Amino acid sequence: MSSAWQPSCSIGTLKARAELYAQIREFFAEKNVLEVETPLLMEHGVTDRYMKSMRVAGVYKTGGYLQTSPEYAMKRLLAAGSGPIYQIGKAFRLEESGARHNPEFSMLEWYRVDYDHWTLMDETFELLLKVLGEKQRVNYSYQEAFDTFLNINPYTVSLEQLRDFSQEMLGELPSDLERDDYLSLLFEDKIEPKLGVGNTIAFITDFPASQSALAKIDLENPKVAQRFEVYIDGFELANGFNELQDPDEQLERFKADNQWRKANGLEEVDIDSNFIQALESGLPQCAGIALGLDRLLMIQLNLKQIKQVLAFPAY
Amino acid sequence: MGTITTNDLRNGIKIMLDGEPCSVVDNQFVRPGKGQAFSKTKVLYLLTGRTVEKTFKSGESIETADILDTSMEYLYTDGEFWYFMDSDTFEQVSADSKAVGDNAKYLIEQDKCHVMLWNGNPIQINPPNFVVLEVTDTDPGLKGDTSGGGSKPATMHTGAVVRVPLFVNIGDKLKIDTRTNEYVSRA
Repeated sequence: MSSAWQPSCSIGTLKARAELYAQIREFFAEKNVLEVETPLLMEHGVTDRYMKSMRVAGVYKTGGYLQTSPEYAMKRLLAAGSGPIYQIGKAFRLEESGARHNPEFSMLEWYRVDYDHWTLMDETFELLLKVLGEKQRVNYSYQEAFDTFLNINPYTVSLEQLRDFSQEMLGELPSDLERDDYLSLLFEDKIEPKLGVGNTIAFITDFPASQSALAKIDLENPKVAQRFEVYIDGFELANGFNELQDPDEQLERFKADNQWRKANGLEEVDIDSNFIQALESGLPQCAGIALGLDRLLMIQLNLKQIKQVLAFPAY
Repeated sequence: MGTITTNDLRNGIKIMLDGEPCSVVDNQFVRPGKGQAFSKTKVLYLLTGRTVEKTFKSGESIETADILDTSMEYLYTDGEFWYFMDSDTFEQVSADSKAVGDNAKYLIEQDKCHVMLWNGNPIQINPPNFVVLEVTDTDPGLKGDTSGGGSKPATMHTGAVVRVPLFVNIGDKLKIDTRTNEYVSRA
């Protein structure tokens, strides 16, 4: 038995992480993508309906928040003319813990000016080949994935059918779930484990517009968002967007989040006016992606628990 | 009883679902699709033994079940109930056939049994891993055959039927593994 003071990962894993970061930095240096640092502690949290920021006291008027992602800060840099940028840093999310979650985790986030989500997917694949070795690429749209693995159409299935189907597939579920909850639970339980297996990397594209987050809606097909996710060994590694540039639409989405929060008894979150102003001054056309580095290390080393790659996990 | 939230869920924790005590046998935090987080669990209904997959919303509160695992001495049965005693307090409880189930055939007076109590009432009885039972019926023993090369059924004084080596005779006392219903040795 190891003592409580000792790291929960091996010294070899520490070295593997250092080597991984060196490879990533080399990859972006060759492409002239600038490494940046943005604060972990900022004035605003996020309005995301289901994400909980960690609040601190005494720094800003709001107290301050540990960032759930460097997205807003990095977009402010992009709007200020930084050009393509990446960041290797920490992110914090309250109440997230499990085999693949720690409340504090490491993230690689990068933005490519003049890219869309398709070209960014190509670059993501290139980076993953560099750090993981030869793998085959597999692509599914969200709809194709449901069709292939569950034989249902996520857009046309009725809410009742979806509820019955979900109960049948997943057992007892909370009674008051929304359409996206059922889809997400089915996706997580029945599709994810089959993605990126057999030495492949799976890209899922065209998420429903209702799950758009900070992605653009596809003008030609308004039911889908220009968002993608990357799966390896049956779990999610990264999430990317063709980034929303329209400040009005962004503000509307934040306000809708806050209305939803209010209606559901959650605290409303101050909207980050610096971020909105940055969009107003003009965010260049860009695509961005956040990639979980702890998970990438787990994949590289074939480890199943996030605590096996962290020096001192929270739990 | 108290309540917990999904953040407190651990394997082995006892909770109430549909008015029945359950044991959590698997628990996984998931946050699919950037949407809300859930705890996906597998729960064992302790009264019926069925296992069910159950998903909770993250943060949801859950009632805990008043389950106590105790060690008690088996006293006797009156045919309808099986009586157990706490050796420290001398308090007695009676277990019905649902709680005792198939394990009745391993209950030996004065043996220490594992008794699971729900609100003070026994709902599960587990005998010691090894018990000594006496053979009351089996085919005659083969003299000199101690090789253990063959086996035959033997009925024990408690009603248990166990495969035993050919040399075993009526009246022999045998050590039996209650988890597998297998013969271990002569006692």
